[in-house]
Amino acid sequence: MTATRAPRREAPRFVPRNGKLIAGLTVVLAFLLAALFVPLTVDHAPNEYVGPAAAPPSAEYWFGTTTFGQDVFAQFVYGLRATFLVGLLGGGLAAVIGMAVGFVAGYRGGLVDEVLTMLTNIVLVLPALVVLLIVNAYLGVRDVGAQALFIGLTSWPWAARAIRAQTFSLRSRDFVDLARLSGMRTPKIIAREIAPNMSSYLFMTFILLFGGAILIAASLDFIGLGPTEGVSLGLMLNNAARWSALHLGMWWWFVPPGAGITAVVGALYVMNVGLDEVFNPKLREM
Amino acid sequence: MSRYFGRKLLIYGLTFFVAVTINWMIPRFMPGDPVQSMLARANIAQPEAVEAMRAHYTDLFGFDLPLWKQYANFWAALFRGDLGISIWLFPTPVTDVIARAVPYTLGLLLPAVLLSWIAGNRFGAFAARRKWLDNTALPIGYVLTATPYMWLAILLAWGLGVVAGVLPVAGAYSFAMRPEWSWDFAGSLLQHWLLPFASLFLVAFGGWAIGMRNMIIYELEADYVHYLQSLGASRRLVRRYAFRNAVLPQITGLALQLGVLVAGALVTEIVFSYPGLGHLILQAIQNQDFFLLQGTFLFIVIGVLIANFVIDVAYVVVDPRTRIGMGGAA
Repeated sequence: MTATRAPRREAPRFVPRNGKLIAGLTVVLAFLLAALFVPLTVDHAPNEYVGPAAAPPSAEYWFGTTTFGQDVFAQFVYGLRATFLVGLLGGGLAAVIGMAVGFVAGYRGGLVDEVLTMLTNIVLVLPALVVLLIVNAYLGVRDVGAQALFIGLTSWPWAARAIRAQTFSLRSRDFVDLARLSGMRTPKIIAREIAPNMSSYLFMTFILLFGGAILIAASLDFIGLGPTEGVSLGLMLNNAARWSALHLGMWWWFVPPGAGITAVVGALYVMNVGLDEVFNPKLREM
Repeated sequence: MSRYFGRKLLIYGLTFFVAVTINWMIPRFMPGDPVQSMLARANIAQPEAVEAMRAHYTDLFGFDLPLWKQYANFWAALFRGDLGISIWLFPTPVTDVIARAVPYTLGLLLPAVLLSWIAGNRFGAFAARRKWLDNTALPIGYVLTATPYMWLAILLAWGLGVVAGVLPVAGAYSFAMRPEWSWDFAGSLLQHWLLPFASLFLVAFGGWAIGMRNMIIYELEADYVHYLQSLGASRRLVRRYAFRNAVLPQITGLALQLGVLVAGALVTEIVFSYPGLGHLILQAIQNQDFFLLQGTFLFIVIGVLIANFVIDVAYVVVDPRTRIGMGGAA
């Protein structure tokens, strides 16, 4: 364990110096705070018909209004909530499944590994969005939770593969052998000896799954299989396209939701590169 | 090598089996009643007519048979190439509807995937370790790869189509034309193809460029690179060797990204009302046409499996280690 302590204590010193990490983190936090607190200051529901129809951005309605007079800004901040929620739940579930499968397959090896790897490869080859399409099409009532559940169930395989490979390279190290000799049980070895040694890697995997879940959810919403109630950024795009905002030139309706998704996911990716440079000295020296 | 392909084919076979089983299971075990929702859509008042339709649909799905028999019938119908009758385009068989849409999707997807992969790799390798390019191109790459496909499509359609009025934004050819073999028609096809192609290409390009740039940086730290450099090899030669090694994970990456790329093509088609599979899916969902939706699902899975196999073959051609059984495979 001592081998890992040193670089970990060293890592925080690089954090303030890494521009990518700071830039990414700032953007993500700014959007997260907006999603958490700005809806509290909006005094009407996001889908309420409050303003004039199809008004461009103004002092009163910052992002303008839809064809039906809904406040685009209110939809945007509430939609951000749904975006973060689906990323957190969907990405989180995928990370948990990916870690469970990856750790067990990589540590146990043998037949268990064969079976789990086979399962991983099968789910990996199935195109996730298309599976989600038919599942959601048959689901009568859809909410963000169910959406996140199914996204989590379909998007874990690449994470499982990567974690399995990492576990494989760690499991024959001396400290793992020592733990095994001292009679430690498998779950404990994985939790105490193997996982901490790849914690930075696990965290980065989670960030990528988080971003991926947001993008898949946005596609589903856009196709029209989003939550049946409520708002999300993808649903806003769906509505804008359905009511031909494009041809009416109502750019304020479709620019903000897409820009929001791009900013959050892009910032997550940039943050990930920053983290990679912090944890991996080879990439740092440039 | 035959073991390598044997394994791959086994996995693809199992995947197909799983896909068909999912396809069969979902209408039967999901909450919600597909027959009921199709009846609701038909919106008929007479109770006798409703009963007749219910009987018809129940019979069509085979809901009244024991489960194992339903499952066997499902496979048997599949092998006859029978995916049911489309409800949206009644009474056209689903297979015909799909066969008409597939060329458009392939015509969009194949060039976009291949060209973005090639161009992205070239550009990523070129940008790696070149300070100013790295600092300007990299952020753009991250923004592109984080962009939802449909949003870039909408922006392009709005900017170049609606505002500038340069390119058409809907359909695969001019509404004033009928498909025929003529230069006019080919020109119209090309015009309508450009924008969806461009938006697919750009998003995918960003991802490949970043992947390649990171790979090259890893490769430039490898022992063989230091060795070549100490021998005084030129920068170009070193980079060429690094590229050849770095391209292998990118081939695997192509296989891994197939699902995302297909998804991107589907939503892009929806934005541009391009008459491919994405358009079919939208219509199927809006019209509650479950047979069409399920048929399209199976078709896409088969396409992805074939593409995966082609990539496996390409990998063996490119990486000599797989041929002499040293592993190193995807």
